[in-house]
Amino acid sequence: MSTSTLVTPLDAGAVRADFPILAETNERGQPLTFLDSAASSQKPAAVLDALDSYYRSYNANIHRGVYALSEKATARYEEARHLVADFIGAASPRECVFVRNTTEAINLVAQTWGRRHVGPGDLIVLTVMDHHSNLVPWQMLAEEKGADLAHVRITSDGRLEMDHLDELLRREPKLVAFPHVSNALGTVNDAAEIVRRAHAAGSLVLIDGAQSVPHLPVDVRVLDCDFLAFSGHKMLAPMGSGVLYGKRALLEAMPPFMGGGSMIRKVELGRSTWADVPAKFEAGTPAVGEAIGLGAAVEYLSALGMDRVRDHERELTAYALDRLAEVPDLTVYGPADPNQRSGAVSFTVGDVHPHDVAAILDGENVAVRAGHHCCQPLMRELGLLATTRASFYVYNTEEDVDRLAAALRKATAIFAV
Amino acid sequence: MTDSIYREVILDHYRNPRNKGTLDPADYSYEDTNPLCGDEVRIDLRVVDDRIADVKFSGRGCAVSLASASILTEMVEGRPLAEVKGLTKDDLLEELGIPVSPARLKCALLGLKVLKAGIYGVAHADDEL
Repeated sequence: MSTSTLVTPLDAGAVRADFPILAETNERGQPLTFLDSAASSQKPAAVLDALDSYYRSYNANIHRGVYALSEKATARYEEARHLVADFIGAASPRECVFVRNTTEAINLVAQTWGRRHVGPGDLIVLTVMDHHSNLVPWQMLAEEKGADLAHVRITSDGRLEMDHLDELLRREPKLVAFPHVSNALGTVNDAAEIVRRAHAAGSLVLIDGAQSVPHLPVDVRVLDCDFLAFSGHKMLAPMGSGVLYGKRALLEAMPPFMGGGSMIRKVELGRSTWADVPAKFEAGTPAVGEAIGLGAAVEYLSALGMDRVRDHERELTAYALDRLAEVPDLTVYGPADPNQRSGAVSFTVGDVHPHDVAAILDGENVAVRAGHHCCQPLMRELGLLATTRASFYVYNTEEDVDRLAAALRKATAIFAV
Repeated sequence: MTDSIYREVILDHYRNPRNKGTLDPADYSYEDTNPLCGDEVRIDLRVVDDRIADVKFSGRGCAVSLASASILTEMVEGRPLAEVKGLTKDDLLEELGIPVSPARLKCALLGLKVLKAGIYGVAHADDEL
């Protein structure tokens, strides 16, 4: 892979042409300024075409039909798995289980690996900045098993307190699970270092990659994580596509998640045996076209180059932090250094409720997220009810940031901040 | 335009809320939250001769939910309880006089939901809306 200094910058203007929705205007003729990709990204024509082509020309169930359509659908579905495996550096496509989203991937690990290996008094280490999807599944498991949970604290600028992690690791947790990138603060955590320390303490590691895999180069062999969960819909792919990566030996030793068709080797009336991974974890008919769409998204991102994607977002974030600093009474949360953060920028404007800020931005066709970002414990930690969050992706430009800043000035004028 | 919901009447009630506060003791007191944006509204009532003699609201939230609660207290103060029980969401929305998008409806109606839950009992609040 070429390094970022040797490649030309990403041309977001050209990228935009690949996204049909960005050419749409609202009923007032205002162009769409889409700044909510951390919630769900837009989809390029290549992904829409892949989806359309599957449903129009080779729609069939997979792994069973002895006819051409089904064979083609099966081949494309498995090809998508190869593309995903290459994209994250997995040793084998067998290490990539297709799921609906990050949430399902984490629940899969909690309900299979967790239920088998976590017992009374065992510790699972999470973080204060985790999304509900990496908090609640472990709460459910801990309650069922009588296990303990502990959460790595954060600094005032929204970074993990590594000393606190070390303190918790001395209790030899069974698992450390954390977000690679915080969806609410944009913090990019030093994932490789956390994995190294956790492994030294004998813990397994699950990385919530929902906000990292779409935005920066992620290689599971470099990170050496045991599990990586991520969603397709946040990385240009269709809704309902997602991936659980797991080291093969771990996946093979885990019991199944859901029971049903496709995940079996042999079924008798009283008992069954399981298929090899990853089929063991893919009970029932999967989202075939959506997985093929994820394959197309991964090809698209690979062609852009994830180093360039990261560089583009870092530069745009730096620009945004400068522009936002000029808006009266606006406070940005999370690390100030663009090198330590992603393009998800959370802020508040005076004491104006984030919902009101977002509604006024919507009046300018600027789409942002307002709320607790599925991080209620983090919001409490920060002493906030909610924030407004703008998040950037490959198709965003400085012009989008300028429109955001102008709309924010309108909000401050309306509320006389 | 979406921001036309921030017309002067809403901003006025948001900046200068009417009947803000609590009643102790109160004949009816209830509070609820809008989980979407974390808004919290509490409404306290004193009833004399089956009329709302005194009403106060308190809470924190967006301009739409707080202004709407403020306007609601003005609508019900002094009115017979029976009449207030018959208040509909359309009555309140008409009084607000702003276009409320589906996404903000829960904000606009939080105060009414709390009021009805208070005087009817929790179980019926959503049915009545």
